[in-house]
Amino acid sequence: MSSEAAAHHDDHTPSYWSWKRWVYSTNHKDIGTMYLVFAILAGIIGGAMSGLIRWELAEPGLQVFNNGFWGNSHNYNVITAMHGLIMIFFMVMPAMIGGFGNWFVPLMIGAPDMAFPRMNNISFWLLPFSFSLLLLSMFVPGVGGDNGFGGGWVMYPPLSTSGHNGPAFDLVILSLHIAGVSSILGAINFITTIFNMRAPGMTLHKMPLFAWATLVTAFLLLLSVPVLAGALTMLLTDRNFGTTFFDPAGGGDPIMFQHLFWFFGHPEVYILILPGFGIISHIVSTFSRKPVFGYLGMAYAMVAIGFIGFIVWAHHMYTVGMNVNLKAYFVAATMIIAVPTGIKIFSWIATMWGGSISFRTPMIWAIGFIFLFTVGGVTGVMLANAGVDQAFHDTYYVVAHFHYVLSLGAVFSIFAGFYYWYEKIFGVKYNEMLANIQFFFFFVGANLIFFPQHFLGMAGMPRRYVDYSDGYAFWNMVSSIGYVVMLVGMFFFLLVLVESILLRNTPKRRPEANPWGESATTLEWTLSSPPPFHQFNELPKIK
Amino acid sequence: MRFQAALIAFIASILFASGASATVRGIATDKQVSLQEAATPVMEAITSFHSMVLWIITIITLVVLALLLWVIVRYNAKANPNPSKFSHNTLVEIIWTAVPVLILVVIAVPSFRLLYLEDVLPTEQNEAGETVSAVDMTIKVTGNQWNWTYAYPDQGGFEFISSMVAAEDIGPGQHRNLSADLPMVVPAGQTVRLEVTASDVIHNWAMPAFGIKMDAIPGRLNETWFYVEQEGVYFGQCSELCGRDHSFMPIELHVVPQDVFDRWIAAAQNDPYTAPEVLTAYYQTQGETQLAALR
Ligand code: HEM
Ligand SMILES: [Cu+2]
Ligand SMILES: [Cu+2]
Repeated sequence: MSSEAAAHHDDHTPSYWSWKRWVYSTNHKDIGTMYLVFAILAGIIGGAMSGLIRWELAEPGLQVFNNGFWGNSHNYNVITAMHGLIMIFFMVMPAMIGGFGNWFVPLMIGAPDMAFPRMNNISFWLLPFSFSLLLLSMFVPGVGGDNGFGGGWVMYPPLSTSGHNGPAFDLVILSLHIAGVSSILGAINFITTIFNMRAPGMTLHKMPLFAWATLVTAFLLLLSVPVLAGALTMLLTDRNFGTTFFDPAGGGDPIMFQHLFWFFGHPEVYILILPGFGIISHIVSTFSRKPVFGYLGMAYAMVAIGFIGFIVWAHHMYTVGMNVNLKAYFVAATMIIAVPTGIKIFSWIATMWGGSISFRTPMIWAIGFIFLFTVGGVTGVMLANAGVDQAFHDTYYVVAHFHYVLSLGAVFSIFAGFYYWYEKIFGVKYNEMLANIQFFFFFVGANLIFFPQHFLGMAGMPRRYVDYSDGYAFWNMVSSIGYVVMLVGMFFFLLVLVESILLRNTPKRRPEANPWGESATTLEWTLSSPPPFHQFNELPKIK
Repeated sequence: MRFQAALIAFIASILFASGASATVRGIATDKQVSLQEAATPVMEAITSFHSMVLWIITIITLVVLALLLWVIVRYNAKANPNPSKFSHNTLVEIIWTAVPVLILVVIAVPSFRLLYLEDVLPTEQNEAGETVSAVDMTIKVTGNQWNWTYAYPDQGGFEFISSMVAAEDIGPGQHRNLSADLPMVVPAGQTVRLEVTASDVIHNWAMPAFGIKMDAIPGRLNETWFYVEQEGVYFGQCSELCGRDHSFMPIELHVVPQDVFDRWIAAAQNDPYTAPEVLTAYYQTQGETQLAALR
């Protein structure tokens, strides 16, 4: 694109301060930015909730939910349920898919925008409403005299039907329905964009891995979210219209809900991590100054993970009293997932092998991700075995497992991507020193929080407990101290943001189109930072 | 302040560690980094399987860590200014696909054995050489918000409700959040079948030292089993979120010699709510003063 044309377009860039620019936005980059800001806000709220949880669990007895200001044990359950739902639906998904997906899928495939820009606008703007409903649910009657829904993010009936007779859970259902619509619209948009709007010459087998990851994720969303929607609708009618889908008194079966939920739920956990896989691949390659090792293997490993992810759901239900042969099947299927997961990890290391690695901030986060995700992955292999899961199911071992893959896996990949693209998105350099300090506190803090939880689970501590017996005191205290360490890291994150805003006009912070050098090969680095309001008026040609 | 007090308490507990009373077996001890000690053959099998897999996954994790450290040291920009450009190596790709498959097979074989051991009720041969159930007695467990109902259909069908002892009522030798007012009682050395269900929402009857965790689901009757040789007191906790007092519906189980069990049954058929006096008397004769003081 000639610089004249670029300047011409810059003239049309609406002011940051025009509300119409954001509310009416059909621009994938603006929408992506809104998603990122939304995710940060939701993450702060969800993170504050986990602070309440760790404060409560710091020592035996009731510290926080002791019938005082924060309410009682029911309110503890409300906080844990909301923490889970917020982190999954309003932090990780908006950041990865809505934020990075919107920003970089069109840029990486050389497209001017998403296929359906107005639908993109709706996808985003449904989320604040959905989130508001979820938050509102905490302040309306849930059960008895207590407010809010305290039935876990898994929402099992009968606790979510007869066990919560107040309107709080109806609001949760509505909230998730709306979030689900948002996700499905987003998925349709990504699939259409990736299939139809790749630049000339960019075959699927030349497409950057982050776009691959988003494509697989979008399919998982498209196929799994409707199942959740159906299950939620059945809960809604069981609660309000006298159906008995999940009520044995009317011929229904509460376990049916669990099957439906986890048919959504297991693909969902991969929805949360696959975009991270894509991000990590780019970062590792860029900073090792080497092409991604085994590109096709990497792409098809994600496809395989996505596919197998649909046939393993009942490994979350080993203790419901399933037929033993069925359990044996789910053990075998679940363990198979470890193979493509292993391929990804080894390929990242092979990408670094022989490389010339510079330890810039995104790379540090990426290496942290690889190690921590490995720890979470191997405990997944442990849990896959129904025989030993009988000891670990619903204990803190499971909590440790999924936080290693999510709080340390998915979140680390989000931060890696955030710092990789910060300059590209916001048009300003950040202070690497501060960001590295944040990494340090996050790495130490998150490990302190979650590693001891393996021990708690081995000793038998059940999850979702507001108060535990005295034999679990020590590691819980360690875990809560870890939270404080991570909180310090969080302040450094906010400091990075504030500092870069304040110093945005200093020469040292002036953005470059491509700060990482020639090994950053994807198309977004061929554009200015931030890119022009509309890009690729002339489509790039891929050799 | 709270943190300080707790820290002091920790240090004190390290210095003056005092074990629980001798016959309390199934309970977590502070700073523990292992499974609870096995009380049943199933839990023994779980423990050894867990150790095996733990070795494997620890080694895998350390290998990944070592590889990462190696590339960090050997291939950083200073040590290796000129990156090579390779992006394929069919041999290593085959190896890192095949080796994990082999490892998984190694895990899977004992995994299935363990699974079937847990799930299938034990059988034995009778004199005629026929295979018959080895189950000696059945107990029906019903989860309620927020307590447990235990019924003994083979011993006249009496039942009683077992609830947590409130924190302020905890006596010496009792355990906060674990002790129940009326314990479940079984004879040592017998194969016990549990039938597990619930009356309101889903609960889960879990006993870590036995390796048992079974959902209690309204409208369903789930079945599991255990066999305990060692007499003693074992604690478990509800392990499926069931509402406000999910944390406060513990399971206290006493494994006693057959004759004590018979006396307890006789008393319980009369009045389950005073039957624990039989246990008290027994513990007194055993010199278990702490246990005896409970009831
Ligand atoms: C090697 C791959 C993995 C295997 C074999 C695996 C296996 C399992 C199993 C068997 C459980 C159920 C444990 C139980 O409830 O008793 C579980 C729970 C869970 N896993 Fe994984 N997992 C893997 C990777 C992941 C990844 C990549 C994520 C997400 C990024 C994830 C997220 C979760 C979550 C959120 C739960 C808990 C759900 C809940 O009960 O609330 N896992 N995993
Ligand atoms: Cu799963
Ligand atoms: Cu419960």
